Amino acid sequence: MTVTENRPDYKWVGTRPIRHDGYDKVVGKARFAADRNSPGQLHGAFLRSPHGHARILSVDTSAAEAMSGVKAVVTGADFPDLPIGHPERDTAVNLMARDVAMYVGHVVAAVAASTRAEAEAAAAAIEVEYELLPVVLSLDESIADGAPLANADNRTAFSGSDDPSNLATVTPLERGDVDAAFEAADVVVEREFDTAWVHQGYIEPHACVVDVGADGKAEVWASSQGHFRVRSQAAAVLGWDTARIKVIPAEIGGGFGGKTTIYLEPVAARLSEKSGRPVKIVMTRDEVLRATGPAPASKSRIRIAATNDGELTAIDGWIGYAVGCTGDMAGFVGAMSVASYKFPNLKMEFVGALTNTPRSAAYRAPSAPQAAFAIESVIDEIAQALDTDPIELRLKNAVVEGDLTSMGGPHPRIGFVECLEAIRDSEHYQSPVPDGAARGIGTGFWFNIGEQSSATVNLNEDGTATVITGSPDIGGSRASMALMAAEELGLDVHRITPVVADTESVGFTDVTEGSRATFATGMAVVNACRDLVGELKARAATIRGVEVDAVAWVDGAAVVDGHDPLPLADITAKAKSTGGPLTVTASLNAGGAGPSFAVHCCDVSVDEETGRVEVLRYTTAQDAGTAIHPSYVEGQMQGGTAQGIGWALNEEYVYADDGTMLNASFLDYRVPVASDLPMIETIIVEVPNPAHPYGVRGVGETGIVPPMGTIANAVSRASGVRLTSLPMSPPKVLAALDDR
Amino acid sequence: MRYAAPATVEEAQALLADDTGAQVFAGATDLVPQMRAGRPAPSLLVDLKGIDRLTAVTHEDGRWTIGAATPTAELTRNEAFTAAFPGLSEGAGLIGSDQIQNRSSLGGNLANASPAADSVPALIANDGQAVIATADGTRTVPAAEVATGPGRTSLADGEFIVEFTFADPPAGTGDAYLRMIPRTEMDIAIVGAAVRVTVDGDAISDATVVLGAVAPTAVVVPDAAAALVGTSVADGALDDAAATALAEAAEAACDPIDDKRGTIAYRRRVAGVLARRAAAIAVERARNGA
Repeated sequence: MTVTENRPDYKWVGTRPIRHDGYDKVVGKARFAADRNSPGQLHGAFLRSPHGHARILSVDTSAAEAMSGVKAVVTGADFPDLPIGHPERDTAVNLMARDVAMYVGHVVAAVAASTRAEAEAAAAAIEVEYELLPVVLSLDESIADGAPLANADNRTAFSGSDDPSNLATVTPLERGDVDAAFEAADVVVEREFDTAWVHQGYIEPHACVVDVGADGKAEVWASSQGHFRVRSQAAAVLGWDTARIKVIPAEIGGGFGGKTTIYLEPVAARLSEKSGRPVKIVMTRDEVLRATGPAPASKSRIRIAATNDGELTAIDGWIGYAVGCTGDMAGFVGAMSVASYKFPNLKMEFVGALTNTPRSAAYRAPSAPQAAFAIESVIDEIAQALDTDPIELRLKNAVVEGDLTSMGGPHPRIGFVECLEAIRDSEHYQSPVPDGAARGIGTGFWFNIGEQSSATVNLNEDGTATVITGSPDIGGSRASMALMAAEELGLDVHRITPVVADTESVGFTDVTEGSRATFATGMAVVNACRDLVGELKARAATIRGVEVDAVAWVDGAAVVDGHDPLPLADITAKAKSTGGPLTVTASLNAGGAGPSFAVHCCDVSVDEETGRVEVLRYTTAQDAGTAIHPSYVEGQMQGGTAQGIGWALNEEYVYADDGTMLNASFLDYRVPVASDLPMIETIIVEVPNPAHPYGVRGVGETGIVPPMGTIANAVSRASGVRLTSLPMSPPKVLAALDDR
Repeated sequence: MRYAAPATVEEAQALLADDTGAQVFAGATDLVPQMRAGRPAPSLLVDLKGIDRLTAVTHEDGRWTIGAATPTAELTRNEAFTAAFPGLSEGAGLIGSDQIQNRSSLGGNLANASPAADSVPALIANDGQAVIATADGTRTVPAAEVATGPGRTSLADGEFIVEFTFADPPAGTGDAYLRMIPRTEMDIAIVGAAVRVTVDGDAISDATVVLGAVAPTAVVVPDAAAALVGTSVADGALDDAAATALAEAAEAACDPIDDKRGTIAYRRRVAGVLARRAAAIAVERARNGA
């Protein structure tokens, strides 16, 4: 179902063609990084720290180097020591410890050998002498007075201080007079919340093959969300010129933010350089869970004031993120994500604090889900206290164009109200709550970003086209690029071949983050196509012997008064005689990424004797601006929701006191399985983004923001007790029921 | 590592006698993950699926005989077997996923000796007898006596389970198995409970209660069974007092651990709940079948 506002009559945009990469992916022909094998390749394996925090006193690789099949061994000493403050120092330190191992699973050394088994055996034979340091394993421990340092190199960002600290960021926000507002309030609700570390849970483990030639040039096959970032990070970590490295994008088997940084490529490059052979490294699931991702755990305290007629007059509170072992922007980004309601008075502090756990990574709308869980829970409780409809309460306070964001600037045109209305008017919300169940409402948004993208569009001799971009196809972007090009050129979408090109074959393109690919890379494609249409009109003018102003481009043909339309293929056929190949490249730094809001509604039942929660029905409405390919918009909405349901109900890192992760497998790290989920019903809301030629808003991230609050609100209403701790696993729910 | 696929029990016995480092397997759904997780590879893998007797299912003279390597998918789709032992069929059907079901087996599930094995409580509740190939013949023991602790069994080196036998349940008998997992599938039981009851007239005349995942092995709970025997089911449901006594006895029989999958307190509590719910289902089945 789609709710649309002022939509032009598009021919291709908004249709659902079969994706161009669909065949390859269905038959198994698509090549992911681990599918790459190079002649003569070696296999890499890691030695990882068994300690949560330890100084590395010595590393003896001699026994390993003497073992069968071993061709190269590297340690932290094989990489440049980037200075504190270098933008890639944390990336470098995280992928290979130098002097200090900062979490269980932190890489201390790596081996390349003829077989994986030989590499693993040799890695195990490396002798490391450690001096144990205090392990900081939680947010509370990290921010406690006199806490030991989780990472002595950390400095608090933006603080101007050069003192070591466990604080990554401290971001205060304030407007209005909070004290007076609470004084005057009719209703005040205050709660504390906590959420666990959760992993992005992509099915494809990190993998790469790196081949460094005798000339010093490296070819890298890698699965990532952005191969230009792989190149820039690898160059920094290795201390190489960027021009030495070519990164060839493999298909990606899920990233969700977790593949916006690198773990393997510089290590494989150094091993390849030392051995003179290509080196392949593929993580195990155990390694993925112990040493990549996760999203930060959090604790928060939120207090909201309201009047009896449902105006939310003030919010104050504190949200802390446990960001892992290196500096991180989670707390700062979290501060940007609290902007769904008008709140004339606001006083909040957001803190990121270091822990001796894996360096955290982006996960779909990073930091927003933790904040939204807390705030949406308190708002629901206010709705209960006022005995008012939770959607009406939100409609009364929802931000619209011109209202302030949390950072102070005004919101652009946004579709929050439209999403609330879409859920309010939905068959789901209008239908009675099933017997024994309860219904929850939650909302969320992500502000999205633009950044740099490039696109090249080549017209072929027969009038077909190739659209070349540098954004890996994570969620159907090939099809979306082709659809926008089809609309611009007036060409059938399946006569366009969308290509994701390597770092030497297309202009620079930033990593896919901030839901930017369809928005920003799509805009580059549109710009290139518009330039190309201009060129086509000029060629048509030459062919017809008229001024270019006399040529119009209509439905894939040049139209000149008094002549038959000149189809695109007739112009490309004459390219040689009219000026040469028809090809255009466009690059941009896109601004105006429009925020995407979502409103979710779910029905749950709670087994009062076991604490088990069942999600019975789930509907999501989200503003896509304009859905270029609605199926992939729906896929993003459903995927984010499914991950959010996992975050809400069962996903969590379980640590032993020494920092060892106890559930590093998909058996015990419980992502939802298909049968755990109802069909996630979708309502695409289209409030076009005025900054994009087709009105696109990125949709990849918002879907994970509302589910935790939505489900917590439903469970709380079902059980009569407010659930404030994620995951709402059966033992926790049962304990909460006991405390009623 | 070598692989052998004997065609007879005797060939398998000979292979095992020749190589003390050998390991038998049926579906390998535990063996392969264990090897991937770092357990040393055996010198010889003996694949039992090629032995006809180990995948045969027969019902003769009032007794069922189930080859130990029979894929559980064959049991769950065997209507006569499932009608006779619905609880055992549903326990067997919970192992792994649909794909795993084509390889998992009662023999493997028992011999792997996980306290959480889903088919084992109902195997024991139905008085399954394990026929075990020894060095030079077979011996038969109650299924309850095979697992002795997590990953440990009473099977001697070179021994393997050939088949299970079950007597036809008496008239008016029903069984049921329930497990607690946080998800809906692809998970390992935090608590499992199998209950078998026989109803004679309006009262329960016989009962067996077996719990899984709450002790080093599946545990038979005689006190829980005793709480049921003699109680009335005249109005179609368990007597409240009997249900409460059953749950309390089940909780008392638990000797669980705290681990990443569940806590002691939670396991104990839910053991009582599931025992009560499984008993209610078993009673309903007993009455409907009677």
